[in-house]
Amino acid sequence: MSLHTEVEYLLRTQAPQVLAALVRRHWDFADAEDAVQEALIAAATQWPVDGVPGNPRGWLIAVAGRRLTDLWRADVARRHREDLVAAREPAVPAQPSNEDDSLELLFLCCHPVLAPSSAIPLTLRAVGGLATAEIAAAFLVPEDTMAKRISRAKQRIRTSGVPFRMPTPVEWDDRLRNVLHVLYLIFNEGYSASAGPHVVRVDLSTEAIRLTRALRAALPDEPEVVGLLALMLLTDARRPARTGPAGQLIPLSEQDRTRWNQTLITEGIALLSEVLPRRAVGEYQLQAAIAAIHDEAATADETDWPQILALYGLLERMTGNPMVTLNRAIALAMVQGPAAGLAALADLDTELPDHHRLDAVRAHLLDLAGDTDSAIMHYQRAAGRTTSLAERDYLTARAARLRGP
Amino acid sequence: MKYLIMMTQSPDDPVQEWTAADVKASWAHMQQIHQEMAEAGELLAAEKLAGPEATKIVTADGASAPVVTDGIYPEAKELLAGFWMVDVDSEQRAIEIAARTSAAPGPGGTPTRKPIVVRPIMDAPPPEW
Repeated sequence: MSLHTEVEYLLRTQAPQVLAALVRRHWDFADAEDAVQEALIAAATQWPVDGVPGNPRGWLIAVAGRRLTDLWRADVARRHREDLVAAREPAVPAQPSNEDDSLELLFLCCHPVLAPSSAIPLTLRAVGGLATAEIAAAFLVPEDTMAKRISRAKQRIRTSGVPFRMPTPVEWDDRLRNVLHVLYLIFNEGYSASAGPHVVRVDLSTEAIRLTRALRAALPDEPEVVGLLALMLLTDARRPARTGPAGQLIPLSEQDRTRWNQTLITEGIALLSEVLPRRAVGEYQLQAAIAAIHDEAATADETDWPQILALYGLLERMTGNPMVTLNRAIALAMVQGPAAGLAALADLDTELPDHHRLDAVRAHLLDLAGDTDSAIMHYQRAAGRTTSLAERDYLTARAARLRGP
Repeated sequence: MKYLIMMTQSPDDPVQEWTAADVKASWAHMQQIHQEMAEAGELLAAEKLAGPEATKIVTADGASAPVVTDGIYPEAKELLAGFWMVDVDSEQRAIEIAARTSAAPGPGGTPTRKPIVVRPIMDAPPPEW
């Protein structure tokens, strides 16, 4: 590793720790975050030249702390708050602890006062240590737009008066669910990045996996954290086979399974085997179990559909989510035939009206049932309604294939 | 979710005949919406298009010289006047922006009620198939 990459790596891993230490001392998240960014910039320019200090975290906390004081001194309007802070400040400067504070930071960034569109970039920046420009590029928005969004999110945390501490036992389940949801959304967003002409983008899936690994290390006894990590690994394992050279979607049944990442599959299955016997089954564990069954089948024909059907049944009862019912209908069709699958879709017309996924699944099952004309019609309707480019191309191609030459 | 919010104008729209005060009120209304979207980190791009007078229509068969005509099609009832590209939390928010735009004051402060077109941009992650 060159000194430059070493410094970059060090800064990324230290950033959340430094921010957490500052927020703990000064309790102003927005200002602390700005100060940490400036300290990171200072380190990125000085360290490669002068060498890495003996205690990098201590150096960053000291520099960011000074910067924070400067920020407040400069802002006369905030004078009285500065006095408040001064009154709170311990007489002896706090020694940088080696304790991992970034967990509290993650819970703060994924607080339910923030909509996911705010929580996601804030988490990536404050906990993931990504630069605003990198986050903006990952979501294909201008840097200025992303900077505004992050700053609005920080403001929201400030005005809502959310405390910087771990959730109480009463809040715990809801707050953890929110954190997992944000991480899941980051992962999912990364899943779309493989298609399209985007050159250098931070890999959001990899970033989500990294954050979830860290969360699991901090909370080893939470089955759903393990479940989410397993789900991500078992899904990401298929990525090399998921799209063709032109970025086109390749369905699971047609993927070259030799290209699946066996290391990730092995790790994901090991995680599941560790967590499922604990009998605290949740949504992510079930989804991971379904992904594992697909990953374990050497060919599409060897897929254990009855087991997938049973798992979707459990998931449906647990969540009541119509999208789960949709997936269960596919599994049902694979076990009992397309007519049974189509019958299971009947109730969804009221729950998912005009949803392109319902049309797409119906088209697939009609195709299996040999009703080509209706299949074509539903494929075309689905293609017209999706907002995913790769999916539209896939659905259009399906319809064209059925229409024949 | 990303959307293109498009404002249309009819070719015979007499904006040039509005009073200075009406133009100013309309501009202030639009400016406020624009500012709000920019500060919320929702705005990706926004452009106004030049009028019908500066428009060219090009048709070609790839072999002979292209046919270039001035102005818009005579039968066109509405044409694109400008757009905002936004990234918002929901379709509901995109519609809210469009509604406020449509309610922009026209002559005498009466809302123009111009039709605003809201179209999703294809950027959703593809599902697992």
